[in-house]
Amino acid sequence: MSGSNPGSGQSTSERVGHATFVLVSLLLAIFFLMPIVWSVANSFKPAAEALAHPVALFSKAFSLENYRRLEDVGAGWYVYAGNSVLIALGTILLTVGVSVPAGYGFSKFRFPGQSLIFVVVMATMMIPFQSILTPLFLILKFLGLQNNLLGLVLVYTTFQLPFSIFMMRNAFDAIPGALIEAARIDGASQWTLMRRIMMPLALPGVATVAMFAFLNSWNEFLAALIFLSDQDKFTLPIMLVNVSSGIYGIIDWGALQAGITVTMVPCILLFLTLQRYYVRGLTAGAVK
Amino acid sequence: MPKPETEEGRVAPTKPMAREPHGWMGLAFIAPSMVFIIGLFVIPLAMTVWMSFYNWPLLGRRKFIGLANYSELFADTQLWQSLGFTLLYTGLVTAAILAVSFPLALLVDRPLKIAGVFRTMFFMPVVIGFGAASTLWMWLLNPDSGVFSRLLLGLGLVDSAPRPLESFWTALAVIILMVVWKTAGFTMVILLTGLQSIPTDIVEAAKIDGASVFSRFRRITLPLMRNSLLLALVLNITSSMLAFDQFFIITQGGPENSTISAVFSIYLVSFSSYRLGYGSALSFALLVVLVAISSVQLSFMRQRPEEGR
Repeated sequence: MSGSNPGSGQSTSERVGHATFVLVSLLLAIFFLMPIVWSVANSFKPAAEALAHPVALFSKAFSLENYRRLEDVGAGWYVYAGNSVLIALGTILLTVGVSVPAGYGFSKFRFPGQSLIFVVVMATMMIPFQSILTPLFLILKFLGLQNNLLGLVLVYTTFQLPFSIFMMRNAFDAIPGALIEAARIDGASQWTLMRRIMMPLALPGVATVAMFAFLNSWNEFLAALIFLSDQDKFTLPIMLVNVSSGIYGIIDWGALQAGITVTMVPCILLFLTLQRYYVRGLTAGAVK
Repeated sequence: MPKPETEEGRVAPTKPMAREPHGWMGLAFIAPSMVFIIGLFVIPLAMTVWMSFYNWPLLGRRKFIGLANYSELFADTQLWQSLGFTLLYTGLVTAAILAVSFPLALLVDRPLKIAGVFRTMFFMPVVIGFGAASTLWMWLLNPDSGVFSRLLLGLGLVDSAPRPLESFWTALAVIILMVVWKTAGFTMVILLTGLQSIPTDIVEAAKIDGASVFSRFRRITLPLMRNSLLLALVLNITSSMLAFDQFFIITQGGPENSTISAVFSIYLVSFSSYRLGYGSALSFALLVVLVAISSVQLSFMRQRPEEGR
């Protein structure tokens, strides 16, 4: 803490204050982390052990039987994981591929109606996608993309776009005109300019856009529930709900834990490695 | 200063013009995004309004019925019950989230490495999806093999395994607990950006003037955080109004259909009964409510734009 006065009394109370801070934070950290830890721990326990000691973090026997049983759920968990990966990759590629040029266009060009179009794009952020799912269902059916992974990718991309365009426009706005000018005087073509100067400087923005595209498409539940109807097209969240609704009224909790672990661990790892890009996106949204 | 650009490596005339003179190129850059937003956003939005005037079954012929869907909407008791429930849930969960995340933000707003570590820990549940989080809590809450009943029994706090999902208020309470767990970290970060935008010299000056912790909080922190508090409030209100996953997965609308949220009832009308016209009318009504909430927020935030974030 800043603002410390000289004197031993102050430093003792500061030490007490610091200890209280750490203690309170630790208790809160337990509240926020334990559900995740319990789920992962139980996914590696044999069924009997999990039933007898669900609270225990370490089991006597380490077992992968829950993950093996998850292979018999519907089409098998790796099919669902594969679908989720395909959808997430597709959404990332399309979102980046579409929002980077759009952000560049909004940042570095002037054309009639530009500010109006930008305001309309931003306004779409206020309208919840939940309210247009019914017609979207008909449009996808009309395009032959209902019950199709590509259809879901197109929908997810559309809902990532306003935020992503906003991020990319800001990223390009931050590149000083003098730098571009200097490169052009040195004879750089539009393409070189884009590749050598624009893209490297805009890369943190791209990372943010890609990360949000991944997390949102990986975790989305309602649209996937509505637009996918075949067993072998489901994504991980839909698989989880199917496991959790049980077969003949019996829920296989071990398989569910394994499924939850498979679903949440990639998000947690990604967040831990690319945390600063995530917070950047969050605060950009907050400042907007 | 933005300088003019040219294509294909021709040296630009260094007149201080506004950005790119070739406007059509900018349009070409934004064209793909327009295809997406018009095709899968603007058109479905217009279709929502259009479809709401029809009796529109999934199979069979649609029929124009004017405002009949909207008059049915006003007489639909299940709908009003679910709307009332959604408002109740929104009010309670927003209050609970702010009550938890404001102290969290104040707690971790210190320039220490360990505070950053705690920030990351509190934030962790935010990045796992609502679907996974809901199934996880379904297990935690399970009376027979879940952790909570085992813990409470083990500590001797209860005599028999609690079954929170079997009555309305306890079901609502555990859902709120789950949502606080899942989203408090998000609101904490929003509030932190507000806290960190407060200039330290103002706080220092108030300290020197002898202002107490409480009056510093009330006179400096709160007013200067006004915008980020408003933002946190509106983000929480809009996302709670749209809650679906936790009620579909954990309570499954029960007990006795008492926890069917607004989006849940739209889902049931459109994709369980396949009454697409009526579902569109409900969607449009929900949309109007949410846009109204967001607009009120925007006008509040524009009032005093100079006041931090």
